Amino acid sequence: MSEQDREQPESIEHSTRRTVIRSTLVACGMFAFGFAMVPLYNVFCQVTGLNGKTDPNPYMYKAAEAKVDTSRDIKVQFVATKNAGMSWDFYPSTPQVTVHPGEPGLLNFVAKNPTGKTIVGQAIPSVTPFEATNFLHKVECFCFTTQTLQPWEEKVMPLRIIVDQELPKHIKKLTLSYTLFDVTHLN
Amino acid sequence: MMQQAKSLFLLLAGLAVTGISRAAWEVNMTEGVTAVSRNIYGLHMTILMICVVIGLIVFGVMFYSIFKHRKSKGAVAHQFHESTLVEIVWTSIPFLILVLMAIPATKTLVEIYNTDEADIDIKITGYQWKWQYEYVGEDVSFFSNLSTPREQILNVRDKNPNYLLEVDEPLVIPVDKKVRFLVTAADVIHSWWVPALAVKRDAIPGFINEAWTNIEVPGTYRGQCAELCGKDHGYMPIVVEAKSQEDYDAWLQAKKAAAGKERELTDKSWTMAELMDRGEQAYNKACAVCHQPNGAGMPPIFPALKGSPMATEADQIGAHVDIVMNGKKGSAMQAFASQLNEVDLAAVITYERNAWGNNTGEMVTPKEIVEYKKTGEYVEDPAKQTMPDNQQASR
Amino acid sequence: MTSVTDTASSLDQEHHHGPAKGLMRWVLTTNHKDIGSMYLWFSFIMFLTGGAMAMIIRAELFQPGLQIVEPAFFNQMTTMHGLIMVFGAVMPAFVGLANWMIPMMIGAPDMAMPRMNNWSFWILPFAAVMLVSTLFMEGGGPNFGWTFYAPLSTDYSPPSTTFFIFAIHMLGVSSIMGAINIIATILNLRAPGMTMMKMPMFVWTWLITAYLLIAVMPVLAGAVTMMLMDIHFGTSFFNAGGGGDPVLFQHIFWFFGHPEVYIMILPSFGIVSAIIPAFARKPLFGYTSMVYATASIAFLSFIVWAHHMFTVGIPLIGELFFMYATMLIAVPTGVKIFNWVTTMFRGSMTFETPMLFSTAFVVLFTIGGFSGLMLSIAPADFQYHDTYFVVAHFHYVLVPGAIFAIFAACYYWLPKWTGYMYDETLAKVHFWMSFIGMNLTFFPMHFVGLAGMPRRIPDYALQFANFNEMSSIGGFMFGTTQLLFLFIVIKCIRGGAKVEAKPWEGAEGLEWNVPSPAPYHTFTTPPDVK
Repeated sequence: MSEQDREQPESIEHSTRRTVIRSTLVACGMFAFGFAMVPLYNVFCQVTGLNGKTDPNPYMYKAAEAKVDTSRDIKVQFVATKNAGMSWDFYPSTPQVTVHPGEPGLLNFVAKNPTGKTIVGQAIPSVTPFEATNFLHKVECFCFTTQTLQPWEEKVMPLRIIVDQELPKHIKKLTLSYTLFDVTHLN
Repeated sequence: MMQQAKSLFLLLAGLAVTGISRAAWEVNMTEGVTAVSRNIYGLHMTILMICVVIGLIVFGVMFYSIFKHRKSKGAVAHQFHESTLVEIVWTSIPFLILVLMAIPATKTLVEIYNTDEADIDIKITGYQWKWQYEYVGEDVSFFSNLSTPREQILNVRDKNPNYLLEVDEPLVIPVDKKVRFLVTAADVIHSWWVPALAVKRDAIPGFINEAWTNIEVPGTYRGQCAELCGKDHGYMPIVVEAKSQEDYDAWLQAKKAAAGKERELTDKSWTMAELMDRGEQAYNKACAVCHQPNGAGMPPIFPALKGSPMATEADQIGAHVDIVMNGKKGSAMQAFASQLNEVDLAAVITYERNAWGNNTGEMVTPKEIVEYKKTGEYVEDPAKQTMPDNQQASR
Repeated sequence: MTSVTDTASSLDQEHHHGPAKGLMRWVLTTNHKDIGSMYLWFSFIMFLTGGAMAMIIRAELFQPGLQIVEPAFFNQMTTMHGLIMVFGAVMPAFVGLANWMIPMMIGAPDMAMPRMNNWSFWILPFAAVMLVSTLFMEGGGPNFGWTFYAPLSTDYSPPSTTFFIFAIHMLGVSSIMGAINIIATILNLRAPGMTMMKMPMFVWTWLITAYLLIAVMPVLAGAVTMMLMDIHFGTSFFNAGGGGDPVLFQHIFWFFGHPEVYIMILPSFGIVSAIIPAFARKPLFGYTSMVYATASIAFLSFIVWAHHMFTVGIPLIGELFFMYATMLIAVPTGVKIFNWVTTMFRGSMTFETPMLFSTAFVVLFTIGGFSGLMLSIAPADFQYHDTYFVVAHFHYVLVPGAIFAIFAACYYWLPKWTGYMYDETLAKVHFWMSFIGMNLTFFPMHFVGLAGMPRRIPDYALQFANFNEMSSIGGFMFGTTQLLFLFIVIKCIRGGAKVEAKPWEGAEGLEWNVPSPAPYHTFTTPPDVK
């Protein structure tokens, strides 16, 4: 550097420093942007229904406002998956319900802990087709919070859903999938 | 040899595009057996042809220059180096070609994303390293494992024609019906791909993805997992059998009946030898990929069972049952309670406690597994047949 | 390296002390030429290391069945081959060329920050050693592919993953510092009269590449940091069970990954744009449009990432957007190809080795571009994705695209670096062996891919056997040929026919105004650019 200091006019030193500071700021900003992609992505998913991600909060159901659209029958299918390492039994009481848009549908999921250990489970919902994601509302769901089962405990967990009246006309059947994860270590 | 030479010539001549197909010289995408797969094939051929034509023109000009405009042939360099008109022309023409190409591509894509109601829904779950198929609403569910014997993989024996593309239980679906696949995974990301159906969908843990097909021709169609999913990513094939509606119905009935038969087997009194036989089969299917056929495992990720305290010490039998049934959190050990039936679970545990010189002489029966499932505790059944010393297995 | 008498040239009037002696010269050097040489040597060692891994892969795939390695080790080989070639071989080679040539091309005495330059190089060997050492750790090295998709790379990864993450961090820091240095040099140290639109294409493409680097390397750093937190600190960025999403990883990765692949090709565009005019003895056709095309490719690279994820399950509208955006890249890329061909047209061409590699670059990169265009068609990608067709595609753009361009650059500037002409006959042998070997390796991969062979598998069905055998033979040929390159370079450093300041008749640029070999210090007084 010392040689350069003597040879280069002061202004080059200055502008170089400015370039370096700016580029460094860009690099730091992009590092932050990498992390900002996490919330951005989640918002994006919820708006577009990407990945079938549903609203993690209960749907505020106003019975008085809802008009039941009796002209349409919508089949709602339920499937359950256990992630590897999750030892609970976990299944819906019925594989499918048929509802009119606006009319609540109720069914149960059964979870049983077949081990001698207390296990905390978290069910992750996902809807397909993606287009329908934002039209399937969960009024009551075991997926809003984690579930804890004592050794050999069995739990019947109610699920109340409403299909939105605005559901696109061409969709006649949608699937609500739950994957159950063992999150004992995260709690 | 002639055949090979001929194929090689065709290859070098760039005639691959004409879709010549021979057993070992398969050079092109399959047309497949669905409307969508044919559309995709058409798109593929069209764009390939467009590329070939553009390539011929560009390379033609280039090689013309290479041969004609050489210094050794006395060529004198011109000094032109700019032309806005030319730049605009060769920006717009490719753009127009792309627009023309985008139209059929968009149409096909819209077709792939069609969400009309399907006749049959099948849930496909990817596991390390097998597929599970569940016929939604039908109470039929099974795992599909690679059935190629290990000796063939290790080159000890000659390979089957369908080497690595064969499974113990294929997915069976009817022809001319819209079948919807609900694809997910239980551990890492997998991808369910059958070229003849042009269906490739990533199986993502926690999320459900859908794809559909409508097969026109009965037959057997083979595919493989297409997303790197760990050690045995190359060993989790997919086989789809497309049958007529009647054959499909008959298969479904038989499948349900077989499940009932298996349940009866649970109540039967099993001998050590019977359990060992069944256990060996089940072990090789479900356990040997990680713990190895000789029980030596692949430490540290897949521990050895041979000589391990858990599989040899009498007071560890409960723990042994527990780990097979419920898996081990934070490790690659899966919970097999939901993957194998009671008979297989009992047989596998018995096998692991007696094979490869583990020789504990201890036996776990299907009934004990049933009891375990109820109470969550392993209690030895005092009524079970004890084994004469001379029958002690030493494999 | 430099004899003091050479510095009596017209452009280099000021007398400087030469390089220090011994090992410390290389450890402490702040000289752009020394650092450039170290980058290039490091890159070549990494190229051979990654290449050796490719040889293991091709040996295992020579025939169906398992012969040489276990699947678990095979996965480590494919992963490390990718990581080493991308981060160890191609990127450092380009940085090395930038170090050597950019100051000489713009008439600057050195890089803008010589000491940071030293630091950004010396991080590399440590990062590389750490990365390679994971192979010897318990549980083996990274085995989840160079794309390291979660959760395979988080919940299901070997214990060595932590070291892998740190190695990526270090490589990233090195690249970012290198990029900042290059930007600062180009923007501030140009000789009087060297306006932006007079800069050689190599400088332009590197400027744009450097911007891509500082934009996306930090994103990669973010992604691996999130992995680290998921593995060790109980967060759930990519774990669905804790409220995260494995698909998010892919979005972040490819937001980095797609610009990354252009980082590995744009400097090649610059190299080829210098060499083709030199050997056609004709100015580059459409300089201005070349600059704009490069800039548009760089811009587009930020909005196409999800084309790596067509099968992941993206809503139709997203799928269409990314398909159209990706197809659009063909336009500026096409413009570049047309410009190069037109530069050749009506030139007066000779085919010394740099020109041979550059010509092969244009042809083979175009083939890789065609398969890229095919892959951009989303419905067809459902059949191509994660097959050997993709492997063929990216090796067609990376081997002739990046590696051939680097070879071309080395041959083109070796006389400037060493003061001697390389052995032209051997170099031509190197070219033809590489050319044939490369095509024999990767062309059949198009066929097995279309026929349905997935990538990253250690063993395959019988119908893929013949083409895989061909690929392996080609691979061994390509691999061993590179030892010849090493020999040629060493031979050239040790001696040969002495060359003039400008050994190539048609070459243009300031670097040819300084003597060969280039003195230790050049342009201490800025030249006047007309």
